[in-house]
Amino acid sequence: MADHQAVEKQTLPPNPEKATLDGRNKYLGFWFFLGGETVLFGSLFGTYLGLRGGVVDGPGPADLFHLDLVFIMTMILLTSSLTSVFAVINMKRGNYKGLLMWMWATVALGIAFLGFEIYEFYEYYHAGLGFTTSAFASSFYTLVGTHGAHVAFGVAWITVLLIRYRNTGLTLTNAPKFNTAVLYWHFIDVVWVFIFTVVYLLGIGG
Amino acid sequence: MSSHQDPSAPLQGAPSKNTERKLKNETRTQLISFILMIFITSMAFISIGSDAVPNGFAIPFILMLAGVQVVLQLYFFMHMNEKGTGWINVMIWSGLFVAALTVGALMFLIGEVKY
Amino acid sequence: MSYAKAQSKNVVWDWLTTVDHKKVGILYLAGGAFFFALGGIEAVLMRIQLMFPDLAIVQAQTFNELLTLHGTTMIFLAAMPLLFGFMNFIIPLQIGARDVAFPFLNALGFWLFFFGGLLLYVSLFTGGAPDAGWTAYVPLSSNSPGQGLDYYVLGLQVSGLGTLIGGINFLVTIINMRAPGMSMMRMPLFTWSSFVASMLILFAFPALTIGLLLLMLERLFGATYFAVDFGGNVIIWQHLFWIFGHPEVYILILPAFGIFSEVIPTFAKKRLFGYSAMVFATLIIGFLGFMVWAHHMFTVGMGPVANAIFAVATMAIAVPTGIKIFNWLLTLWGGRIQFTTANLFALGFLPSFVMGGVTGVMLATSAANYQFHDTYFVVAHFHYVIIGGVVLGIFAAAFYWWPKMFGYRLSETLGKWFFWLFLIGFHMTFFVQHFLGLMGMPRRVASFLPGQGLDAMNFISTLGAFLMSIAFIIFLIAIFASTKNRDNVQDPWDGRTLEWTVPTPVPEYNFAQTPLVRDLDPYWYEKHEGDGKIKAAEPLGEIHMPNATILPVTISAGLIVASFGFIYHILPLIIGGFIITFGAMFVRSVKEDHGYHIPVEDIKRDKEEGK
Repeated sequence: MADHQAVEKQTLPPNPEKATLDGRNKYLGFWFFLGGETVLFGSLFGTYLGLRGGVVDGPGPADLFHLDLVFIMTMILLTSSLTSVFAVINMKRGNYKGLLMWMWATVALGIAFLGFEIYEFYEYYHAGLGFTTSAFASSFYTLVGTHGAHVAFGVAWITVLLIRYRNTGLTLTNAPKFNTAVLYWHFIDVVWVFIFTVVYLLGIGG
Repeated sequence: MSSHQDPSAPLQGAPSKNTERKLKNETRTQLISFILMIFITSMAFISIGSDAVPNGFAIPFILMLAGVQVVLQLYFFMHMNEKGTGWINVMIWSGLFVAALTVGALMFLIGEVKY
Repeated sequence: MSYAKAQSKNVVWDWLTTVDHKKVGILYLAGGAFFFALGGIEAVLMRIQLMFPDLAIVQAQTFNELLTLHGTTMIFLAAMPLLFGFMNFIIPLQIGARDVAFPFLNALGFWLFFFGGLLLYVSLFTGGAPDAGWTAYVPLSSNSPGQGLDYYVLGLQVSGLGTLIGGINFLVTIINMRAPGMSMMRMPLFTWSSFVASMLILFAFPALTIGLLLLMLERLFGATYFAVDFGGNVIIWQHLFWIFGHPEVYILILPAFGIFSEVIPTFAKKRLFGYSAMVFATLIIGFLGFMVWAHHMFTVGMGPVANAIFAVATMAIAVPTGIKIFNWLLTLWGGRIQFTTANLFALGFLPSFVMGGVTGVMLATSAANYQFHDTYFVVAHFHYVIIGGVVLGIFAAAFYWWPKMFGYRLSETLGKWFFWLFLIGFHMTFFVQHFLGLMGMPRRVASFLPGQGLDAMNFISTLGAFLMSIAFIIFLIAIFASTKNRDNVQDPWDGRTLEWTVPTPVPEYNFAQTPLVRDLDPYWYEKHEGDGKIKAAEPLGEIHMPNATILPVTISAGLIVASFGFIYHILPLIIGGFIITFGAMFVRSVKEDHGYHIPVEDIKRDKEEGK
């Protein structure tokens, strides 16, 4: 009964990312990882909120933050979330070119976001907010920097996937990989929602 | 079952009519939620940026908006509303619960005010 | 796709590259046992120092290092890996799975743990081990001179990462890989409790990760979270540590509860009393485990209302735990109890653990806690729950599953000597410590003065520690002296669950055919309602297996290199280490590895030989 022929043509299933057991495992495991990441960022948010009054002699949130810059960064990241959604829709449609294109768009937006963040940190540093200046400074850089590191890792990860699979077509192996990368990217966006609200808006407003 | 699939063979063929229709609907839902998110985000920035809104209202308001936006992300962009995501919901909400406890403790129980 | 079985060149290479959950399980056991022995030696050294008043066998600084290493080792590097070993080996067999969900990550988890543990111990040879206690409270830890604490931070960070990976792997394995008919409410309790423990790992370890990250940045890069003169706050570390630390003790005890829930029904020849109550009690303990961390901080000054809330939540845990105790007792009630070594450990656990639970409720009384805090009473309490619960559980599991894992039965005679000496030694060591604590002897002191009424009980305590050591040596002898007992190893205890249906030694694919589960305790059901054989859920076919790979070792080694770079501020080492780690991850991502298939003929041959 064990016929050894591999099926030549794989037909497109409705959810290619969850068509194999490997894919389902990856999907579930990655979600659980994100559940853990929630606590990880929760700890960082808590630390920041506990220490944000500890300004000492250095500049405080209201002296530093600019609403316009944060608004642009937020829009960039939100849009990158939408492009990655479109990538997944194209994947389910079997439109591999579309998947690649939207993923590249996501990467581009991610790099733009990182650029703004580096500029932002540079500005703050020159405004007198070093990493060791105050407890506020340390906790701010740690929270926003950890988020930035996540963005950087996401950019690198998706780029590797895009180069590796530039002309393989959609397969049962790479569909789950793209899908988990997109989940990760959305999660980065979720974290940013809290960062712009809790760190920047509350920093300026109250 | 014993004829194993080649996991690196490109997937051929077009999606079924049903899938096509679903994806079309989904595209619309996603676009709507995106526009909603942009709107919510702008509201949050405006309520802090303009002097017309008092802080006593703005702060709980933007926190609520953040909550709404996260739910939109999780349930629409990340598809936590689909069937078969029971365990995912359990884990994400448990994570949010523990994170909320952590944030609360680090804000209020660090010895600056005694409760 | 090649069907050629990836034959390994030699034994060492085979173990370094294995992704087989059974071998990874044995690696965890070996690694855990190694660190358990180290932690035990540290404990005995401390007890020798405290045998008589005013001794100076070890210096105070050395004593601090010993107590730090002992605590850290026993929690992170001994108890948890030993449990992980059993979980790795047994869970897939209990749920009728051929493998875990992520064989590669499983191996990676082990190597991260092991290398992280070794990194911690390197500190012994580089001028001073960590000396701020296993809790590493700031500012003591953030200002501790030398590199000891840096080793602590990075060693735990690396091994904690491994634990987190392992936890996610178990969760997905249990959800996605169960055999047909094995619904959640038919799962053996060891699997259930490991599932809940894995959930706790998932949500508790990230808090530790952040705590360690902050401490690392504070120590190595001058960050100021804990520096009060820069607006920092030292309580933040305590919260982060205990938000992790309290669930951590449930991560340890829940799998042990699971082990007893397997051992007791097997040797009472009765179905577990109140299966669903047991499951829900486990879930409730897991939930409450996250609500009580601040009971470690009653004396910090959070305020009376906060203390009261955490006190009440803590006491509430006694309820589900009590449900469990009564269920075990009622399982034994009216059973045909066999006093095997494994069961003796389970029976010894019941009263010992209850004693630890009672002192737990005493400690939870926040007003009284001001008296108990930081005394030997606390030391007695947590050794009663950890040794009386977790360690007895690990030994019960060892005697219970040894035949399946290693193909021979441990000697019952030596086993019983081991049990009695260990149990008596344990109570001798720690029972008197309750009174030492109530008399005011603080914990973590390197010496005490004569004439304060502490001499006799400290002496008794040390004698008990010697007795436990002798018992453990008997266990080691039993391991080597029992290798002849190779008969009756497939199902030596008349077992109830699926792990006893597979041949011993277990073939690498576990089940030639995925089993069909028809009831709770499926093997017992088939023995009494069916023909004694598990039904197959699929025809005999070829089986897909993952390939062995060295990458888990490479990834872990890279992190260790980078850790040395961080500790000694050597930038090239940091970069080099990360290049190794991320390079290996890159290779893993880019090189698709689809594993291989075992042909049907091989499986048939195994089947004929095996029976």
